[in-house]
Amino acid sequence: MNIQVTVNGKAHEKEVDPRLLLVHFLRDDLGLTGTKIGCDTSQCGACVVKMDGKTVKSCTCLAVQAEGSEITTIEGVAPDGELDPVQEAFWDNHGLQCGYCTAGMIITAMELIEKNPDPSEEQVRQGLKGNICRCTGYQNIVKSVLAAAEAKRS
Amino acid sequence: MTTRIFGSGIRRREDPRLITGGATFTDDVQLPGMAHAAILRSPHAHAKINSIDTAAASEAPGVVAVYTGADTDGVLNPIPCAWLPPDCDIKAVAHPAIAKDVVRYQGDAVAVVVAETRYQAEDALELINVDYEVLPSVVSPEAAMQPGAPQIHEDAPNNQAFHWIAAGGDTDAAFADADVIVKDTILQQRLIPNAMEPRSAVANWTRSMGELTLWSTSQNPHIVRFLGSLVTGIPEHKIRVIATEVGGGFGSKIPMYADEMITSFCSMQLNRPVKWTATRSEGFLATIHGRDHIEHVEMAATREGKITAIRTVVYAGMGAYLSTAGPGVPTILHGLIYSGPYDIGATRADIYGVFSNTTPVDAYRGAGRPEATFLIERLIDLLAVELGTDPVELRRKNLIPKFEDGHDVASGITYDSGDYEPLLNMVLGHVDYQALRQEQARMRERGAYMGIGVTCYAEICGLGPSQVAGAVGFGGGLWESAIVRFHPTGKVNAYIGTAPHGQGEETTFAQILADELGVDVDDVGIIHGDTSNTPMGWGTYGSRTTVVGGAALALAARKVKEKARLLAAHLLEAAEADVEYEDGKFFVKGSPDQSKTIQEMATMANVAWNLPEGMEPGLEASAFYDPPNFVYPFGTHVAVVEVDKDNGNVVIKRYVAGDDCGPQINPMIVEGQIHGGVVQGWGQALWEGVVYDDNGQLLTGSMTDYALPRAHMFPDMEILSTVTPSPHNPLGVKGIGETGAIASTVTVYNAVIDALRPLGVTGIDMPLTPEKVWQAIRQGQGS
Repeated sequence: MNIQVTVNGKAHEKEVDPRLLLVHFLRDDLGLTGTKIGCDTSQCGACVVKMDGKTVKSCTCLAVQAEGSEITTIEGVAPDGELDPVQEAFWDNHGLQCGYCTAGMIITAMELIEKNPDPSEEQVRQGLKGNICRCTGYQNIVKSVLAAAEAKRS
Repeated sequence: MTTRIFGSGIRRREDPRLITGGATFTDDVQLPGMAHAAILRSPHAHAKINSIDTAAASEAPGVVAVYTGADTDGVLNPIPCAWLPPDCDIKAVAHPAIAKDVVRYQGDAVAVVVAETRYQAEDALELINVDYEVLPSVVSPEAAMQPGAPQIHEDAPNNQAFHWIAAGGDTDAAFADADVIVKDTILQQRLIPNAMEPRSAVANWTRSMGELTLWSTSQNPHIVRFLGSLVTGIPEHKIRVIATEVGGGFGSKIPMYADEMITSFCSMQLNRPVKWTATRSEGFLATIHGRDHIEHVEMAATREGKITAIRTVVYAGMGAYLSTAGPGVPTILHGLIYSGPYDIGATRADIYGVFSNTTPVDAYRGAGRPEATFLIERLIDLLAVELGTDPVELRRKNLIPKFEDGHDVASGITYDSGDYEPLLNMVLGHVDYQALRQEQARMRERGAYMGIGVTCYAEICGLGPSQVAGAVGFGGGLWESAIVRFHPTGKVNAYIGTAPHGQGEETTFAQILADELGVDVDDVGIIHGDTSNTPMGWGTYGSRTTVVGGAALALAARKVKEKARLLAAHLLEAAEADVEYEDGKFFVKGSPDQSKTIQEMATMANVAWNLPEGMEPGLEASAFYDPPNFVYPFGTHVAVVEVDKDNGNVVIKRYVAGDDCGPQINPMIVEGQIHGGVVQGWGQALWEGVVYDDNGQLLTGSMTDYALPRAHMFPDMEILSTVTPSPHNPLGVKGIGETGAIASTVTVYNAVIDALRPLGVTGIDMPLTPEKVWQAIRQGQGS
């Protein structure tokens, strides 16, 4: 099937297998490997991207379902090299170790802050429960998200 | 030095590529002409393979080749176990890369399909028809040793893989003379490490050169090359292993797995690049598991509370085959550390390694030491109840007094340094232990159940002296090496043999190097993970990277600095003995204005226009560091929990981790290691646990079914520390990668049992899920 999607501001038109997962389309067809695959049951959130303003788990979405949509992956968060405050906060607060869950965490955190610019620690923790990190124990991820929210408010 | 970057919590230099999606993990590698492999795995825990029909799969769209054990047999050598402890009658059973006649666990590889795309390869797996004759299977390590249990390997009677004993002091006499003996049976449930990056391999064989390049999700690429050479027969110098970006490991990426060798085999057969990446569910089956002990443990003590002995009989599950380091985990890394931080005159461990029809077991964060710490601390809490004393005072009474350079414990090992009581006092003061006990009493009066767990631990890490490695059957050395190279512009690269995969050593090693050389930290770069440009190293595990690899780096830097000093003396026309170094500069004693920077010496050494007689050009050095002993970090952790007696739910209210790993190179990174380790330990206490059914079917085979800790399940923890340097390490440092997991499981467990004691609950098998806690409360109340 033919699909047209805009990814990180760039329009793409591609012929895809109807069963192709969006995450494989992004990684294999477009070469955007910053989006990761951490599980196969829609549990871990490593593959989270933004589609038409909302976060989706791109392993649980077919490429054809993205027809006509605008997608932002981690590569599109700081296209000109200037880090988003969320990226900056993850860096400042040691919000990552191996970095494998980080793309999904950052995209999720960006939406979380958009929806709730002044979240409590508990709200951040609840907001991240669809993203699994095995390295950090989440403590510095939560700290990063709170710091990013504060930076965006000021 | 006027300023030191050692000790500063600078942010990590790894992060920019990781927060922008710019890092290249193994599954991100795309090579021209690359094919994709998918592996067919046994659905049965134990079965005879009568026949395999691959005809339909071979004809499927996009399929390039299908291979079975008949193809790999005799081409790939068996997957080796590299840790065979001596004097324990170990059965190093054959582990074929692809099972040919018998499958021994659900997940054992039986065939591989190579196709143009991953989707086509997975489609074709469905078309392979295997005729299995299902055999009886056994899951529990204790059951596997009972008479009549299904036999898994012909050459391992009773499924016994080994019987290893560590005994020091007169344990029998201590028990015979004891005033008090407490006992328990502990289930150290099986865990699944679940590093977020699934395992993956990209093999690129070039037939014309006879060379293999293998991208591998490994914690130890040099070991992959070494063992990969033995399995494939490719000479070691013609194998390049790349593991520069690895998404967590926690022990699960130490082993030499069959899958990476199967992928290499496919590439060699087809003379084209082949990628294999595990799905997560495949990883649950085919990536090692951890723990899996059934332990019968007992402690002897005097009426006054002096602990005199610990004795155990442990059935340690090995799974269906011996994984690379599997046998070393419940033996060397477990049975030798039964004293913990306490002065205990006699310890004895009888460890039975046992085969079962399950995924092989190997090191998982802490690897043997969480299990040891658990049984010691569990027994002390039982002893405190038996004696009617405060569990903290009982611990304090038995702590080893301060020692700065060596303390022998009953098992025969020698701790390096320790000062346990100040950290215990610091943590107790921080939480106000007495106030917590009062609060607990008040809450109990109104029917609320709060519990307090206090753990003191000492652990063995920083593996380790190579001579000891050889003596305990480890099939390699445990030294590390580093090369430090100044470039002509005065910038520096260091090439290291260890393989960080999330721990941040690109940053901490840069801090070590910058201080040693007196250069700006931004002027040094750390290269790791590629066997083609890094010196030999044994890898990142056992909390050894900074301890052993960091020391090698410091020693190499010191050699470089000395050469630069000699060159400076020559150029300053001064006697070598008169030239001193401070803060990146060499100067003539008494004339600080006459100086040369180390960067100037780098330029002059590289251009080599004017060198002293006999000096080689260039400014670089390599160093090999073989530690004289292990290191022994220690600490005190406290957990405060509340248990809802109506539904069994456990809530962690507060957690304080006090750890001493000697001088901290980067406290921010140290804290990050503690956070991660502690939460993994909480996972074991409260949520995580493998469940097999009686037929060896993995019921917890996905992230939906296996409960990993998530962000909303607990609060922040608090971190405290003291600094007790290791006397033998050039940097004084001790490991911190595993302490969290070593201490936190039993701390939370003891807190929960402490909460429930008034309800008649004395013990519950982990994980302490609400259902199990609720059931225990019901039983405790006799209803």
